[in-house]
Formats: sequence, C-alpha cells, structure tokens
Amino acid sequence: MAEIPEHLLKRAQEARDRLQGGDDGAALEAEETSESKIPEYLLERSVAAKDRETVSPSASQVAGSTLPPPAGTGPGGNTQRLLTVVKSGSIQDVKLKPVDKVHVWPHLLVVEFVAALAITAFSTIFSIFVNAPLLELANFNQTPNPSKAPWYFLGLQELLTMFHPMVAGVTIPGLALFLLILAPYIDKNPSKKPEDRKFAIALMTFHLMFWAVLVMIGSFFRGPGFNFIFPWADGLFFEL
Amino acid sequence: MPKQSIGEKLNGISEQMKSSQAWNSIFRPGSIFRKGYSDNPRNRSYVVMNSLIYHLHPVKVKRHAVKVSYTLCLGGLSFFLFILLTVTGIFLMFFYRPTAAQAWDDIYTLQTSVTFGLFVRNMHRWTAHLMVLTVFLHMARVFYHGAYKAPREFNWVIGVILLTLTLLLSFTGYLLPWDQLALWAVTVGTNMMGYTPVFGDQVRFVLLGGVEIGTDTLLRWYVLHVLMLPFVAVIFMAIHFWRVRKDGGISGPL
Repeated sequence: MAEIPEHLLKRAQEARDRLQGGDDGAALEAEETSESKIPEYLLERSVAAKDRETVSPSASQVAGSTLPPPAGTGPGGNTQRLLTVVKSGSIQDVKLKPVDKVHVWPHLLVVEFVAALAITAFSTIFSIFVNAPLLELANFNQTPNPSKAPWYFLGLQELLTMFHPMVAGVTIPGLALFLLILAPYIDKNPSKKPEDRKFAIALMTFHLMFWAVLVMIGSFFRGPGFNFIFPWADGLFFEL
Repeated sequence: MPKQSIGEKLNGISEQMKSSQAWNSIFRPGSIFRKGYSDNPRNRSYVVMNSLIYHLHPVKVKRHAVKVSYTLCLGGLSFFLFILLTVTGIFLMFFYRPTAAQAWDDIYTLQTSVTFGLFVRNMHRWTAHLMVLTVFLHMARVFYHGAYKAPREFNWVIGVILLTLTLLLSFTGYLLPWDQLALWAVTVGTNMMGYTPVFGDQVRFVLLGGVEIGTDTLLRWYVLHVLMLPFVAVIFMAIHFWRVRKDGGISGPL
C-alpha cells in the first residue's frame, strides 16, 4: 500500500485537533478567512513576479538562467493543494458501459491453437494420401479437351458460354467485385439483427449461390468441348 | 547423500536452466515458461502484453468473441494457412527454376528425388485451395453477421482486396508447374482478361510478358507469386488486423 506523505498526516492531525478542541467558532473563522483571502505566500509570489517584469527582458533572462530553480513555496514546501473534490459523473458523463470480458490467454489463444492444430493435421493427412496433380509437360500444340480454368474461375468460364467474353470475363465479375466493395456504403440499415435485414441477406445468399452453382456446373457437369455431361455417367473432367 | 532419481535430476537441471540469465532474457516477465509462473490475472495479462501476441490481440476480449460458433475461426485460419503456405513455399523455392525448359523437370525431380518433396508440394497445393475456401467463407460469415457496418466499413473493403489478392496468389501459382493443366488453365484465364474494354490487348501483354504464354510469363508470374503479391497481401493483412482492434474488436453479439 502506498504510504501517506508525512505532511498530509500532520495536516489531518491538526484539523482533527482543532475540531476536537470544541473551539468551533475559531475553526469557522479560520475557514472564512482562508476562503475570502488569497494566501499570503501567493500574494508574495505575484509581487515578486511583477518586480521581475519591470527589469528589461534580456536582463531577466540572464538572471533567470543563473537563478536556482524555484523551490516549493507552499506550506510545508509542497507546490499543490487540494482545491475541490469533483464527484464522478458531475462533470464527465461516462457513456462506456462495462463489458463482460475474458483474458485472451488462455481463453482465446487456446481456441486458436487448437484450430491451427486441427487444420494442420487435416492438411497433413490429406497431403499424405492425395497427391497434387502433375500432368505431362506443357505442350502448345495439344489443347486438352476440355480446357478448364482453376475451379474458382470456373463460374466465369461458365458465363463465357452464355455471354460475350467482355461481358462474362470483365463486366460481370468487375461489377460483382465493385458492388461487394461498396456493400457497407450501400447498405444503410444500421441493424445487425438477421430479422431486420432480410433483403440484404437474401441478396447476398443469391449472389453467393449464383457463383457456387456456376462453379459446380463448370467443375462437374462440363465435359469434352465444354458440353453438358453427368459426372456419374461420363466421369469427372476436373483437376484441382 | 541419497541417490537422485532421473526425474529429480532432470527437475534440477530445468530449475537451473530457468534461473539462468539467458533464459530470463528470452522469456519476458509473465511468460508461461518463466520460473515461478502461476496462473493469476496479472500473469494472464502479462502473457499477452509482454509477448509478440500483443501485436495481434489485446489483453482482454469480449466474452462472446471467444465463442467458436460465432467466427468459426475462419479469419484466423486464413492467416494461419497463409503462414503454412509461406513455409512450404519457401521449401519449394529451393528446388524450382522458373523457365520453360526447367520448371516441369524441377517439379518432377522434386517429387521423385527430394526428401519430403512430394509431401510438401501436396501441402502447398491443398492448403492453397483450402485458403481460397476459408477466405471466401470468412467473407460470407462477416456479411451474415452484418460485421461490415459502421465503424467497420473500411475493414470490409480491405477484406475484399485481400480476397482478390488470395485469388491472384492462387492463380499465379497455378502456372508454375508448367504442365498441361497449368498452361491451359492460364490460357483460358488470361484470354478472358484480354477482353478488358479499350486496352484489353495491353492488359494481356503486360500479364503474359509477351503476346503468348512462354518463359517470360513464367518468370513474371513467379515473381508475382513469391514476392510481390505476398508482400502486398502482408501489408493489407497488417492493416486488416490493426483495424479489427481499432474498430472495437470483432463485431457482435447479434
């Protein structure tokens, strides 16, 4: 525990003695005089400052540099005194509500560690049993049938069968990306509750499903010549 | 003097090690590896505050933020996969030269004659696909929680940029094995970009480093894949994580 400075203890003792002495009138009087009058030492200090100002500024600067730093001039040598006690809430309005919080260690870090271990284990085991594809050396003269883009672009390749390449390859994905970036500025609804944002959720679900379905079709239901096939009848034409 | 058991001896050695200056210089006060660590609120704070973790996490988070069912760990897993991909990718770089004459042979040699070569390449490939998936799912989760709303609008924008960077990282890596799959997948992809209005041909030329895919394309995409895109991605990730904290931690509860 922090120690209470000696001069404060002394002051408190003095005040207590004064009150216990039964000399209430004297105490009141002392309080009144101390409130109405500026303490003597402050007056002295201001007078001294005025005197100093009358001297030419350059001289005062020189003199100031040679003078020792001012020592505490209050009673008992301390330079500050208690003016008033401000109760919390009387001036500042504390808006922050206390939140139920937990320590990151161990609660969050343990969860993250377990998740990292799980995904490492999964990818390790998967990598032991499933090999990454390495087809024969690239050959410009032999176009494989079908030629497919990486799976995440197969939605675009699927659009390519329906629209002009500029629309399918640039306009639609560009627009989708642009709208995605602008989503927080378009959606002005402040609520985060699912029941308040049915339209936003429906729109996003449609958007995600749109790409998911196109990617599925492109991945599994397109065969030679990029024609429709059924994977269970004609086999898979899909490499990861 | 009674004979010490092996366990006691080991205990003594570990005690001695933990009191050494070197040990205490490595593990800062509050570390769980320090001598005399005890589980109390002060040390729980120090574990985060006095370690690298403080760059990612505050000392305390909202109670609901640690619920796995809320985030499904998707953002964290994406980051972790990025680290896994960096580690396996550095390994692959030791055995790979990005020229049309050598690339495929290097991969083949890696798989057949390098210890763990095939395994590390598998890891790199599968975690790359997995990362595309986790980043995509992370975006969906954030949208459904309305977590992109004020004050987190800009972090959503950075997130979309990171999603795009992830796709580009994956796509540039796709060409590097220089097999039939790589060549023709990239042909399809870059042909599409060639249809950019007005300056489509120029876009295609810059991407390929020429009028058609060749050694120059390979070098260009290699540098993009191993250096430039990861560099840009790391910068955006730093901003992304920093903004999560500045915007008041993860969103919610609903």
